[in-house]
Amino acid sequence: MTVAKEKNPPVKLPNEPTITPQIVAEHGLAPDEYERLLKIMGRDPTMVELGIFSAMWSEHCSYKSSKVWLKKLPTKAPWVIQGPGENAGVIDIGDGQAAIFKMESHNHPSYIEPYQGAATGVGGILRDVFTMGARPVANLNALRFGDPKHAKTRHLVSGVVAGIAGYGNCMGIPTVGGETNFHAAYNGNILVNAMTVGVARTDKIFYAAAAGIGNPMVYVGSKTGRDGIHGATMSSTEFNEDSESKRPTVQVGDPFVEKLLLEACLELMATDAIIAIQDMGAAGLTSSSFEMAAKGGLGLVMELDKVPMRETGMNPYELMLSESQERMLIVLKPGREDQARAIFEKWELDFAVIGHLTDTERMVLTWHGDVVGNIPIPPLVTEAPMYERPWTLTPLPPELDASKVPAPTDWKASLLTLMSCPDLASKAWIWHQYDHLIMGNTAIRPQGGDAALVRVPGAPKPASHKGLAMTSDCTPRYVQAHPETGGRQAVAEAWRNITAVGARPLAVTDNMNFGNPQKPEIMGQFAGAIMGMAEACTALDFPVVSGNVSLYNETEGRPILPTPTIGAVGVIDDIATSAGSRLVQSGLALVLIGDTRGWLGQSIYLREMHGREEGAPPPVDLAVERRNGDFVRGEIVGRRVHACHDLSDGGLLVALAEMCLSGDTGACIKLPASDVAPHAYLYGEDQARYLIATDDGPALVAAARHAGVPAVLLGYSGGPDITVDGLLTLPLQELRDAHENWLPGYMNSTA
Amino acid sequence: MKAAVLVFPGSNREGDVAQAIELVTGRRPQMVWHGDGNFEKVDLIVVPGGFAYGDYLRCGAMAAQSPVMAEVKKRAALGVPVLGICNGFQIVTEAGLLPGTLMRNSHLKFVCADVHLRVETSQSLFTNRYQAGQIIKVPVAHAEGNYFADADTMKRLEDRGQIAFRYCGPDGSIVDGRGNPNGSSSNIAGVFNDTKTVLGLMPHPENAVEPMFGGTDGKALFEGMVEALS
Repeated sequence: MTVAKEKNPPVKLPNEPTITPQIVAEHGLAPDEYERLLKIMGRDPTMVELGIFSAMWSEHCSYKSSKVWLKKLPTKAPWVIQGPGENAGVIDIGDGQAAIFKMESHNHPSYIEPYQGAATGVGGILRDVFTMGARPVANLNALRFGDPKHAKTRHLVSGVVAGIAGYGNCMGIPTVGGETNFHAAYNGNILVNAMTVGVARTDKIFYAAAAGIGNPMVYVGSKTGRDGIHGATMSSTEFNEDSESKRPTVQVGDPFVEKLLLEACLELMATDAIIAIQDMGAAGLTSSSFEMAAKGGLGLVMELDKVPMRETGMNPYELMLSESQERMLIVLKPGREDQARAIFEKWELDFAVIGHLTDTERMVLTWHGDVVGNIPIPPLVTEAPMYERPWTLTPLPPELDASKVPAPTDWKASLLTLMSCPDLASKAWIWHQYDHLIMGNTAIRPQGGDAALVRVPGAPKPASHKGLAMTSDCTPRYVQAHPETGGRQAVAEAWRNITAVGARPLAVTDNMNFGNPQKPEIMGQFAGAIMGMAEACTALDFPVVSGNVSLYNETEGRPILPTPTIGAVGVIDDIATSAGSRLVQSGLALVLIGDTRGWLGQSIYLREMHGREEGAPPPVDLAVERRNGDFVRGEIVGRRVHACHDLSDGGLLVALAEMCLSGDTGACIKLPASDVAPHAYLYGEDQARYLIATDDGPALVAAARHAGVPAVLLGYSGGPDITVDGLLTLPLQELRDAHENWLPGYMNSTA
Repeated sequence: MKAAVLVFPGSNREGDVAQAIELVTGRRPQMVWHGDGNFEKVDLIVVPGGFAYGDYLRCGAMAAQSPVMAEVKKRAALGVPVLGICNGFQIVTEAGLLPGTLMRNSHLKFVCADVHLRVETSQSLFTNRYQAGQIIKVPVAHAEGNYFADADTMKRLEDRGQIAFRYCGPDGSIVDGRGNPNGSSSNIAGVFNDTKTVLGLMPHPENAVEPMFGGTDGKALFEGMVEALS
């Protein structure tokens, strides 16, 4: 390696401990990783240097276990402006506009301190998006909690939801969609995945790469405190009974300050004073400064005593590793300090020039004039540990024969059971706590369609209302049963949900939540999921533009269900041509699109009615997915569809029930003659299917057949009941009570 | 109609109300920064929703002491109409321009939902485009919208027709608790001052002005003001 020779070896601070193997281990560095550090440094590190290596080489920041696999995902398409590697992905949505988005986990902090953990998760992902020059236009979140009967679950649901609401509502960004599931595998490790979508002009996108020797590095936002020190390292290990004691590693958020920071940054971005900008997220000042310098191929000097501090007596180690929230690092053009300072002072935020760029490719840290850290930047990045960990793929379980699954003895009870089970019950208790209407652009609200639909602000007039469709999807039980199929299905379902509102799916962000990667079967889940996702993203022209990996989601050796959450974005030229899933009109024909084989393996029906989680998950044929979806989208934008809902958890009957409830209109269907058993037809989870309400059923069926798409007219909307001819008639009100009362009842009970 | 929309650090629905005003008047309102105690003469002052000063201390308490609010109080005393929405309602109440106070929602959670309102009077510059008794659907989005006033104040509000909107069922029925998203006394959603030149309300008519984005039931409020103030 060729790096400038160290001219200023650091001084030891008073009371600085001697580095022992125990201190190294406490920093999460393996012995061979520490050897690597010593080789790079050519001497023993100081405490602050050790802390920096520890953070930068943590799983959370370095992706050391996942990187070799993430490279297998497709990341390019003509509409991709920026793929993975920046703060967020950027895609072209026409008219000189870009959508900037990413999903990120805040799992470990949210389990330890649910309100602040979830709140700062939202704060962090918002910063990732607005640091690139975008005004955030929508938030989504994907939440996985443990068994509702588990002692902590209610407390975690309550805290996480309030935290997301508290932060997002104050920021004034609508939270428009998401998903919430419950499973005992998450008892000790909940998942909080937050996604932000923003809009920018394609010629005003900001990146992290520093440039210009001598240019000032500016710190803006909140002061630095002692919160969140070692958050990145904490997120890179398994939990045990001591994890509760890690509460001080959870950051504390202040959405009011972030709102000021958003406005101030956007105001500064409207000038041409910025060269590079990066938010301080995990590993705070350490990772933000390193990334900016490394991407620019430069060095820097930082005078840590100039960092605005919230507490007295802070030292360089704490300043470099604090994860205090609502902070940014900016490289300004020379001489623009006063212009920038005026903006941040107007918003009553801290502003401090804390350093400058150099040509040394070294990070030199000073403390009241003394050098306290001096690290060569390139090797810290290029020599970072990278592991190709051993992996064992999960074999495909045998297909479950539907004849081995009993039909319900009471059809009404079966539908009531499914619609009120924790995974399918209404989540209105949650999303009513999120301001989903602010900004006045929300066209499809929660429970109004398969994807949320938000008008793009600033689109040129008199153009029609261009919209962004967005969704978050994953079916962890499928991924657990067979990761490749599950990975494929998560991408396909996201694509289908964007399609089902009439939008063109454009790109995804992936949030990979898994257990301990040092176990071959967990690494195999990761590998399998990536293979399936890569295949689906390629087949559907649905590249991955950003993402995040959260590993070590295990407590006392028990891993979560593998959960590769897919956040997706699509665009529709005119919201007037979109479709929701609410059935609001009587007399509409109900047409089932796609092939029904009655796949009950890994179905909700199997789990909720028979307590079984077994069999192979439903196969995903990507060519069929694309063919069916392209047909459906054409029908929707051609304005021949009143409502459309994709078939997923719970299959056909659950989809119909959801359409009826959300639109407050009943329906009557009759199953077509087929060799599929009625319970498999109604509750099977075959993929690539949609239920459509239309004026002219026969015409839709004919058009589908012409396109080679299976379609069958099942019945009509209307009346106060949901009826399946010969099997059940259930008043909507009874169904609504069951569907809507479960979650509020659960949250309000004290048992 | 020339309108000014105040902007505090932490305001976040100022854009929504500015958009609604522009939709109706064709003119962008003037945005007035919280430190500006000397803004130009206007026909209407809007105090928008959000979390002014982070809602620290108590919703609206700090904003009520800002330089711009000192000026708003002076102009309100001269009869310049003031519309306070959501956090703006909290602010004008804290500033003493309206009676009563807004407490934490009775269920202690933030609530964002469409609600039904009964328009209690059409006899005001804000509600002249509605019929008394008309039922409209607009959203709420707040954690502190639980209106409270002492018994004497409540009686005075009733006697003088100072109640502007009440939460109700979809059919207009006012049954205790039903359709009331926050536990407010007498289902109150919005009140006037005694000259009916100041209106404060928790719901967001500015988010109900376009058919595809929440419906149009809030539009008449803005149209009514334009008619009265142009």
